[in-house]
Amino acid sequence: MSNQPLLELKNLRTSFRINNNYYAAVDDVTLTIKENEVVAIVGESGCGKSALALSIMGLHPQGRTKLEGNVNFNGKNLLSLTTSEMNKIRGKDIGMIFQDPLTALNPLMTCGRQIEESMTYHTNLSSGKKKQKALELLKKVGIPNPERTYKQFPHELSGGMRQRVVIAIAIACEPSLVIADEPTTALDVTIQAQIMDLLKDLQRQMKTGIILITHDLGVVAEMADRVAVMYAGEIVELADVKTLFKNPLHPYTRSLLNSIPSTASEKDRLHVIKGIVPSLQNLPREGCRFKERIDWIDDHNHEEHPILREVEANHYVRCTCYNHFHFPEEIGDSKYVVS
Amino acid sequence: MSFLKVNNLKVYYPIRGGFFRRVVDHVKAVDDISFELKQGETYGLVGESGCGKTTTGRTIIGLNKSTSGEILFEGKDLTKLSRRDFHHHRQDIQMIFQDPYSSLNPRKRVLDIIAEPLRNFERLSPGEEKRKVEYYIEKVGLNPESIYKYPHEFSGGQRQRIGIARALTLNPKLIIADEPVSALDVSVQAQVLNFMQDIQKEFNLTYLFISHDLGIIQHMCDRIGIMYRGQFVEQGTSKEIYSNPQHIYTKRLISAIPDINPEKRVRQVELRQEINAEYKNSYEKYFNAEGKVYQLKQISDTHSVALP
Repeated sequence: MSNQPLLELKNLRTSFRINNNYYAAVDDVTLTIKENEVVAIVGESGCGKSALALSIMGLHPQGRTKLEGNVNFNGKNLLSLTTSEMNKIRGKDIGMIFQDPLTALNPLMTCGRQIEESMTYHTNLSSGKKKQKALELLKKVGIPNPERTYKQFPHELSGGMRQRVVIAIAIACEPSLVIADEPTTALDVTIQAQIMDLLKDLQRQMKTGIILITHDLGVVAEMADRVAVMYAGEIVELADVKTLFKNPLHPYTRSLLNSIPSTASEKDRLHVIKGIVPSLQNLPREGCRFKERIDWIDDHNHEEHPILREVEANHYVRCTCYNHFHFPEEIGDSKYVVS
Repeated sequence: MSFLKVNNLKVYYPIRGGFFRRVVDHVKAVDDISFELKQGETYGLVGESGCGKTTTGRTIIGLNKSTSGEILFEGKDLTKLSRRDFHHHRQDIQMIFQDPYSSLNPRKRVLDIIAEPLRNFERLSPGEEKRKVEYYIEKVGLNPESIYKYPHEFSGGQRQRIGIARALTLNPKLIIADEPVSALDVSVQAQVLNFMQDIQKEFNLTYLFISHDLGIIQHMCDRIGIMYRGQFVEQGTSKEIYSNPQHIYTKRLISAIPDINPEKRVRQVELRQEINAEYKNSYEKYFNAEGKVYQLKQISDTHSVALP
């Protein structure tokens, strides 16, 4: 694994305009993705995971979005590029896999043509070559009969097959970075396992960096090398995958892990994180953003201006409240147990 | 008398074609299944999409017509009731739907959506109605002020909770939950699952829990039935299914669950490959010539499996 960062996010802030005020959905995110590395971004919906992905791809509506900071990719700051310059990168150097394979595909085009589409934009291959390559790609993503699927329309395929086609499109131009936004959420478990194994295989073969956005911690545990936990637009914990699952520190990470119904645990009740992710306008902009949802922890245990601090080698945590955190169930403090 | 008993239920859809669009074949969505629910328990129906688990649920609540077989609810066969007689049972059986986007009317306010079952069966003053709706909307973790909003103003998770609130308003006896949490975040999912367990105790509810997520099924269900192509592959208590799966299809499903421990990741992939290899090699042992599974055979009091 080379140590050259493939993508470098520096103090990235994405704000959306609501009633003439800008609210940051992604706030001061600094993150690097190396070649051949899978970085997972986890969090509840509304935490800014997808907003982050779309900011890298430049897919936010321009008039209503303000992007600040740096997104360095191949020595260029993607945020300073024009749309046409961006178009040369999107699909070629950065591929994207979307959550819902049915809406991500064009219902009026055959799968083969959709795979060829990005090759048409980014390469000068002849149509014969493109077809040959499309068939190879379909084979690579594990479609049993590539020639048939090449001519089929998306509605003729099952969910798992469609997602394979979406992956084929994303890797058509051999991008060095793939952003996978909830790639397995819409799929069955058995298909999910197949798609995860496929992504891992492809990643190993092509040495791509993958940004894996998901809320499924099981998928993270199986695929990621490093994990960034996001809450309310900020990264609250960043560590390699083994450390994060073995020694989670931030209260949010611990709460998330405790709320999964896993086959290993047989406890009766799942932990529920109190309250909800605050909406963009009501986000606390000062202090620990997770404070409200763990209100049994005393105020003075939180920092006033929490920063992402390295607490042990390559393990970053925001705010000092993790030192004092405990679950209300642990001390029998039933007043704070939410049902 | 059992609470709900399904006997040899078949749901076939005709395929029409040829001359005069005659019925040329059938899609056997549900093909001869039998199971039983006791009051107060949670029964899980598991399988991949297309295996007929949703069709089973929809047939019990009367949204699909059965081709043959019986659905005995508290001793009455629901498949033979007239429309009018069925109406009484509608408040006893409620459903939580899979897709929170298509199951809520976009032109109605949340208040009207949740109050709709109330308006069908009970006569309440607008004030009482509003209080009841607010009670349930708070129970499912939404802001009571949101009852004047429209579905499109909510996220997927919030919409699903509106659907759950709607199913609860009539204090039903049986709730058919069709993938109720697959569209939700883990933390919200935990909240909804805990909540479902709480109201189950409170109102002595029975759940038919349809899901493809085996982690959730294990957490929630007392007994589990695994479906494959419209038939049962294995049936047993949660413990039997997870610690002693007999059928290769069950094993395959269980091995597909991602392990939460990253240290076991390599082992998990190997396990999956082993089971896939076994699936390919000993296919004949588990499936007959038509690719269907065999009849269920009892191997203990509660555990039965489809083996020849």
